Amino acid sequence: MNAGEESLGSVSGASGISPEGPDAPGLAPGLGTLATAGGAGGALDVSVGRIRREQLRLLLHSKAFIVGALIVLWWVVCAVFGPLLAPYGATSPNILSGNLAPSSAHWFGTNAIGEDVLSRVIVGARDILEIAPLATLLGTALGTTIGLAQGYLRGAVDMVVGRIVDAALALPTVIVAFLFVVAVGAKTITLVVVIGFVFSLIIARTVRTAVLQERELDYLAAARLRNESVLHVMFVEILPNVLGPILVEFTVRLGYAIFTIATLSFLGFGVQLPTPDWGADIANNSGLLAAGYWWETLFPALAIASLIIAINLIGDSIEAVLIQ
Amino acid sequence: MTLAASAGLPATLEAPSTTLEVSHLDVTYRVRGTDRPALRDVSFRIGRQESFGLVGESGCGKSTTALAITRYLPRNGRLSGGSITVNGRDIASMDKSALRQYRARTVSMVYQEPGRALNPSLRVGNQVAEVYEIAGMKRSDALARSEEMLGVVQIADPGRVLRSYPHQLSGGMLQRVMVAMALASEPSLLILDEPTTALDATVEAEVLDLVSSLRQQFKTSVLFISHNLAVIAKMCDRVGVMYAGELVEQGPALEVFENPRHPYTVGLLRCVPRGGQRKDHGRLDTIPGFLPGPGEVQVGCIFAKRCALADQRCTAETPPMYEVGAGRASRCHYHEQAPDLPRATPEDVKLRSADPSEVPVIRLRGVSKTFDVRGGDKVRAVVGVDLDLRMGETLGLVGESGCGKTTLARVLLGLSVPDEGSVIELEGTPLAAKCTDRSRKQLQAMQIIFQNPDSALNRRHSVRHIVTRALKKLAGLSGDSCEQRLLEIIRSVRMEERHLPLRPYQLSGGLKQRVAIARAFAGAPRVLVCDEPTSALDVSVQAAILNLLADLQSRERVTYIFISHDLGVVRYLSDRIAVLYLGRVMEYGLAETVFSGPHHPYTESLLSAVPTLDGTPRERIRLKGEIPSAAHSPSGCVFHTRCPRRLSNGLCESTEPPLVEVEPDHMMRCHIPLVELRRLQATAPDLPPSPTD
Repeated sequence: MNAGEESLGSVSGASGISPEGPDAPGLAPGLGTLATAGGAGGALDVSVGRIRREQLRLLLHSKAFIVGALIVLWWVVCAVFGPLLAPYGATSPNILSGNLAPSSAHWFGTNAIGEDVLSRVIVGARDILEIAPLATLLGTALGTTIGLAQGYLRGAVDMVVGRIVDAALALPTVIVAFLFVVAVGAKTITLVVVIGFVFSLIIARTVRTAVLQERELDYLAAARLRNESVLHVMFVEILPNVLGPILVEFTVRLGYAIFTIATLSFLGFGVQLPTPDWGADIANNSGLLAAGYWWETLFPALAIASLIIAINLIGDSIEAVLIQ
Repeated sequence: MTLAASAGLPATLEAPSTTLEVSHLDVTYRVRGTDRPALRDVSFRIGRQESFGLVGESGCGKSTTALAITRYLPRNGRLSGGSITVNGRDIASMDKSALRQYRARTVSMVYQEPGRALNPSLRVGNQVAEVYEIAGMKRSDALARSEEMLGVVQIADPGRVLRSYPHQLSGGMLQRVMVAMALASEPSLLILDEPTTALDATVEAEVLDLVSSLRQQFKTSVLFISHNLAVIAKMCDRVGVMYAGELVEQGPALEVFENPRHPYTVGLLRCVPRGGQRKDHGRLDTIPGFLPGPGEVQVGCIFAKRCALADQRCTAETPPMYEVGAGRASRCHYHEQAPDLPRATPEDVKLRSADPSEVPVIRLRGVSKTFDVRGGDKVRAVVGVDLDLRMGETLGLVGESGCGKTTLARVLLGLSVPDEGSVIELEGTPLAAKCTDRSRKQLQAMQIIFQNPDSALNRRHSVRHIVTRALKKLAGLSGDSCEQRLLEIIRSVRMEERHLPLRPYQLSGGLKQRVAIARAFAGAPRVLVCDEPTSALDVSVQAAILNLLADLQSRERVTYIFISHDLGVVRYLSDRIAVLYLGRVMEYGLAETVFSGPHHPYTESLLSAVPTLDGTPRERIRLKGEIPSAAHSPSGCVFHTRCPRRLSNGLCESTEPPLVEVEPDHMMRCHIPLVELRRLQATAPDLPPSPTD
């Protein structure tokens, strides 16, 4: 929560500076030269807003980011307005028109019980785009907290948590999720919690490494000399400085979350029929591949692939911009 | 321009009298679509076997000049005017293979950080031998020649060094290796870019001596780049002073430093503390204002904005290089008046002096710190330190890196836990070992200014946040009173309200350090540890910060523990000095006494390692070898392995001398009686001028 306030504060701080430049010409040279020591590059009138805008500009100039963002946007639109966009009802079987090949009436063809594949792909975006971001958010929040504690407190906390993380990561995510779903039942909330928890352990490792680098810096010694609480040091002092790696990790995990959910559905432990779902559709129709009904499997598979690729494109471009 | 420059050169290439000719050089960097000038109209020449120094503060273009000469400008940089000729060849016209030959044989460079210039995963031998292999030698011959070359740079055990990896060698040793590599190709031009900035004064002195003697042996021309005026004075025949991408003055080094003819040179020289200058008497002057941004000054003198002599002519008319005597030039319309540049700060200031009658603010008794390292070794970083600090006084802690200065400070602050039995008292009350166990009042009483403001300030927090947080937590202020105090403090470190919303990366190094000082003063501390607070700053900024610290001390009655490796700076600020070696106090006393002598032999060697601005070579007490590892301290007197005045009767090797008061207010840890030290040191002509001069 603290972190949220921090970044809000910085945005308003930035907008506070910009009008000052033109208003006070006498001060302008001073402000201009403040930046000189920043680098040999020169005295650029850098302000926080300027840097944010610059980063945004770089992002928008990156083709990878644009392509990724457009694809994700498309799937988000499908998730929200799916039933309105779909040409047919996604769950309205019509035995008479089963296994039709792609045509102008059914662009992606129909499945064995005559449901329109295109409609099922469009409507099927909803569940995955609901569970994956929620699970990743949960994992990131939890993982950030664990990683901050491990990296800053070190000692016994780091040891114990570190070993627990090692043990938990020895089990494949899918197996862990599988066990929970069997035990508790395949509800959305179960999937979110299970995936979020497993991911938090992985994210904790990344955050820990970033925190260890910060730990050596003197501003933390200064905080100790002010007797700051552990929570203040972790969330107000350190967290803003490790947001970059966390953001990158978030996008990477989001891709994996989609993959995991699709896998669980494929195995039959995700979203239950008849709700349209990409993973489940692949599983249900893959038996008919041998009969030549490839469209029933291919299009849901492409949907999963396009979403994961798009998210990775976005993640890569964000990372590239942050490194600059 | 090129024609004019080369017209003066002999037509043949055989041994021209000029090694390097830089003529009206302009370099621009292209940043986001606009050209930003980095160098403007820079001209100088270096004759055969001459050594030329480029001096100036960060951002003045020294390194860009070196990069331009080696044609290693970054991709967005280009030569936009003028020419560089080396041995009569224009380097801009060289094609790929000619450039390769040029870099391999004609010009060599030694960088600031020897540890970064070598590949950490290859043995030193392979890297030195590569220079010879490129020149076409067989591997076995190359290795043999490398060993020979390391002998030339006075490395005692070349075989062992060749088999070592860079991390196994000390900084001074690595810099010798770099010099050996640079000279291996017998270049006609050797460029040294701040070669000793990362080294201790004692090691610096050795490396500088080495470079001077090799220069004669190899008949090489040298371009020496440094921000340290005294090092340039020692090393160079002629010097060029750079400011904001322009060469503002040049001439024979000693003449320029003796009788500067450009206001910037005058200002710069007044920023360097010399013997006899103290915080209250003969104050350092400062250069007001900031370095202009690249391209900011289109017409007129680049220094006009910060110059007390400047008038309308200076902003309207760009000064040419005026001839101001034999081989001297100054880019100033009023070069005759430059030496009389009015001071920016008053020369003498009334400061409240420390009151000796009061009880010590800090009392240290038997403070030790031992680190356990892997392999069961025990590193004794601080050993049995007893010190008393009086209110309003400055204690200077000096010594080479690794002597325990910083560890002692961290123990005092409670950032490191000292060994059992160490006593730290604040105004008579014993302090807990860990800062987290100390009360708010105790924390408030002791704060620190760190060496590197980039590390000390949270880069995501605004100036307002940084200082306000300290006011809240340490002074317990909130609301209006906090806001009011914030403005007071910001003004007292000579910053303005408009700086409050800025983040550290938007501030220059000097301003960042001011924010750190403001934060340290927020809780109105009684004791302030200053851990090399100016070593990351330029001299003109350093002078301003030192004066600020002196003024704040006098006003707030704070006690300083001032850590520095720069003896000039320590001498300027300190009332008392403690000299540390391998964690032990070797000498302790009033600053005047410690500096005027008789000194402990270690202090004597430290003092004689410091180059002076007048460039007079000192009969130096050379320190032999490296500082021993604190994990295996020598027996007896820990300094005996390097001591130039070691007694011949074996006493120094067998028995550790106690720290005793040899005269009032002067303690020393040495077997040699004071009378004998005085006699020995009186014969040496290297006594620094006493503070009363």
